Amino acid sequence: MTALVLDDVCKAFGKVEVLRNIDLAVEDGEFVVFVGPSGCGKSTLLRVIAGLEDATSGRIAIGGQPVNGVPPAKRGIAMVFQSYALYPHLNVRDNMALGLKQEGAPRTLIAERVAEASRMLELGAYLDRRPAELSGGQRQRVAIGRAIVRQPRLFLFDEPLSNLDASLRMNTRIEIAALHRSLSAAMIYVTHDQTEAMTLADRIVVLRDGRVEQIGTPMELYNNPANRFVAGFLGAPSMNFLRAEPLGGPPGATLGIRPEHLTVGADGPLRGEVTHVEKLGGDTNILVRTEGDETLTVRVFGQYDVAVGAALRLGYDERHAFLFAQDGSRLSNR
Amino acid sequence: MTTARHSPLNSLAAHAALIAYVIVALFPVFVIVINSFKDRRSIFREPLALPDADSFSLIGYQTVLKQGDFFLYFQNSMIVTVASLFFILLFGAMAAFALAEYRFRGNLLMGLYLALGIMIPIRIGTVAILEMMVATGLVNTLWALILVYTAQGLPLAVFILSEFMRQVSDDLKNAGRIDGLSEYRIFAQLVVPLVRPALATVAVFNMIPIWNDLWFPLILAPAEETKTLTLGSQVFIGQFVTDWNAVLSALSMAILPVMGLYVIFSRQLIRGITSGAVK
Repeated sequence: MTALVLDDVCKAFGKVEVLRNIDLAVEDGEFVVFVGPSGCGKSTLLRVIAGLEDATSGRIAIGGQPVNGVPPAKRGIAMVFQSYALYPHLNVRDNMALGLKQEGAPRTLIAERVAEASRMLELGAYLDRRPAELSGGQRQRVAIGRAIVRQPRLFLFDEPLSNLDASLRMNTRIEIAALHRSLSAAMIYVTHDQTEAMTLADRIVVLRDGRVEQIGTPMELYNNPANRFVAGFLGAPSMNFLRAEPLGGPPGATLGIRPEHLTVGADGPLRGEVTHVEKLGGDTNILVRTEGDETLTVRVFGQYDVAVGAALRLGYDERHAFLFAQDGSRLSNR
Repeated sequence: MTTARHSPLNSLAAHAALIAYVIVALFPVFVIVINSFKDRRSIFREPLALPDADSFSLIGYQTVLKQGDFFLYFQNSMIVTVASLFFILLFGAMAAFALAEYRFRGNLLMGLYLALGIMIPIRIGTVAILEMMVATGLVNTLWALILVYTAQGLPLAVFILSEFMRQVSDDLKNAGRIDGLSEYRIFAQLVVPLVRPALATVAVFNMIPIWNDLWFPLILAPAEETKTLTLGSQVFIGQFVTDWNAVLSALSMAILPVMGLYVIFSRQLIRGITSGAVK
């Protein structure tokens, strides 16, 4: 069964078009990540799916039921917000129970579901606390728990990790992935962080200016980006772009090479000077200014000693290089 | 580093300034209260002296209490003030919520229209208001005053509260919508508790002018059974003779209820600030 179908969904605020002709199908149990730069419409799309905004045109179906005009509470969804949005006047238990209470679920069922969720998220010890008495990570777990107890068809996550510090972010990311495996519900997750997108998604939807740029599995998008935007957005450090013409490409075209596909070697076709070195222990990022005054990032695995100012020659494998036309679209490789 | 912020000289200066302000602000009140306990001659001979065995007298309070209706005036003032504040806060908060929360055609114009009332004093419309009250038969009822004061307080209330309500996290309201709360419950249970300090501010701002107002009680409700405290005290002020003992005693007593109300609201204010934020 398809968990979510978006059919030609558009959204405009006055004259400003925020979403244009979005088509998407999410299967049951799938983890889909919307990713894109800020202002690309990903959060608006999530709010349209949730029913917090009405689509200007287009059809939305959740679990096979058309839901245009259905209020958020009756759509069979649950949402986790960036700012947690816990009810400050209720304790953890009541925060999680409120949605079910509103649906009129029997008390025993509510207690059972809350117990189950707090066991999964290890919140048992905090059930009687108010949100103000919890740490950031605990609050986010309560927010996730509040979504779980409703047993929705579709989970919506709106940048849930943005307010957490780096180490907590990684832990919570793993918890969300584990949760997805055990719950088997479809999840839609909005983020601007490409690491979260790559690590969590079954499929990634890359958005720009309210349009879908590309949909695919993380590795499809990484290995076979449809255009220069997708190529530059995914992968860290991001892809190097340089004029293709001096390297034998067609005029006006751009050559894209990922930092790990550049190799340091005496016979490489690119010459340049080292401007900065980042030693991360496991790998080393070298910033090189080429003769054509383009800055390249080279990612070398392991520890690599090179001085700033040193001259370097770089080579690359044609099979791992992408060619983009002037308008950013992908040219078939030579 | 810490010396800059915690030097004893600085805190001494700060306290001196604060204490000076307190003295300036409380001095008139102090003079009224001490003189209300003196006999008439002592009030004029030595207005700043504390009452002593010679000058001490409760004649003012006795006159006021003998006047008989004074408790009724108290009651009227209290009813008018509390009811007006209730309606100002209720309608002001609801209007502010709508303006802050919903996108609709004319939202901005509506907000400006409501804010216009801040700039135009309601007393300009006194004649029209009086005509309306006569037409509706509300003259000499407390409702006349409550309605006028509500209208007078709403513009500022809407203006202040809508600013505060815009700051309440959208996520929180949306979480409520997804959990199936009605808009009224989102308003009452999620938003209002978070803007409680603003509500208390609006209440304090409106309370004093309503309590002290002489204009509208004199025009709209001068009857004996609807007189407010301020209007009632006027019986002691004559064109030729003023019973200062009674006036000062009445004023001293008039301070108490409004002080009680202030304590209630300022507590809300403090509790609102310390209750912990959303995040």
